[in-house]
Amino acid sequence: MTLNGDKANVDFGQGVLRDVNVTLVNVKEGQYVLVHAGYAIQVLEEDEALETLSLWKDLLAAGE
Amino acid sequence: MCHICGTHEWTITHFGLRSLLPENVEVIAGPGCPVCIVPAAEIDEAIQLAKKGATITCFGDVLRVPGSDSSLIDAKANGADVRIVYAVSDAVAMAKQEPNKEFVFHAVGFETTAPTTAVEALGDLPKNFSFLVSHRLIPPAMELLLGVGDLEISGFIAPGHVSAIIGLKPYELFTRVYRMPTVVAGFEPVDVLMGIYMILKQVSENTARLENEYSRVVKPEGNPKAQELMNQAFNVTAGNWRGIGRLPESALQLKPTLAHLDAREKFNVHIQQGKDILLGCECHLVVIGKIKPDECPMFMKACTPAKPIGACMVSSEGTCRVWAKNVAVQT
Repeated sequence: MTLNGDKANVDFGQGVLRDVNVTLVNVKEGQYVLVHAGYAIQVLEEDEALETLSLWKDLLAAGE
Repeated sequence: MCHICGTHEWTITHFGLRSLLPENVEVIAGPGCPVCIVPAAEIDEAIQLAKKGATITCFGDVLRVPGSDSSLIDAKANGADVRIVYAVSDAVAMAKQEPNKEFVFHAVGFETTAPTTAVEALGDLPKNFSFLVSHRLIPPAMELLLGVGDLEISGFIAPGHVSAIIGLKPYELFTRVYRMPTVVAGFEPVDVLMGIYMILKQVSENTARLENEYSRVVKPEGNPKAQELMNQAFNVTAGNWRGIGRLPESALQLKPTLAHLDAREKFNVHIQQGKDILLGCECHLVVIGKIKPDECPMFMKACTPAKPIGACMVSSEGTCRVWAKNVAVQT
């Protein structure tokens, strides 16, 4: 994630990038955020974010 | 036990979690779909605003929600300018690009979405932008469920992302006053199963605690910044819920200081009464968990995802839609 004022360019995974509004959180570049309808609503700890991402990867793989 | 979140219903149904539970444990879906509970009158207001020449922007789910006689997608088919946006900020950007048109954002959603409306309402908006606010709050709906006598709820799975904003405090009422085990849970199958387990453990111990399964996202205090912006932008007021009726202190309304951003005031559109329940449709019973989608005589017969009749079949978070799309994993 890279910051520019109240906007952040967030990597949603596998190269999907989108500008997200970060007014609702205190966030630094490189952190993980939970995004709802174009706005970051919570900052996640890195280890917990990575665990969530890996759970999703497992689920997606299981669904294929 | 009862959850109050369209995404929980999706996880439970999509991954067939009900089939893993013992027979004496049932998880029912409460009014957790923000689109399904918007009353027809407020869809009628959006349609009337469109007819007055405003460009209506909304989330995709809202487009096909039935008003009294038609939906926004019908209005669009008849030439109205109705556009889907991913975020309210996208609607604001459109308004800035087309200053000669009036833009209205139909703000639908629970506490997860309301702060995003607040950010824009308190920000630097162009003059041609206003809001049709249909935001609702989750805890009053949970309290209503406790009054529905024959539901026999013995625990709440509280919604993860609403809780990420409001924190745990608003749920204390349910454990303290109603002695109802309440567990905030996340959205992966393991989260939901863990939430169910935590409630069952409380039931077997005959206690009622407020617990947080989703601590990696939900902090006890929630998101204070989002709460503060919501408080600055909105007053809490009574609101109508489709199929449920009027609930006190359950809806958000722009503060009087922001009245110039209220599309109802700006264009003088005030519709009090609408036709919420269409003949034969049992959404009003589905939405409070009294019946399951397949107990409605129209489910997957007259009412399908391609041709929805009731609001619960329209939204991807609606219980009927979730069941229709995941029917293969139902037991």
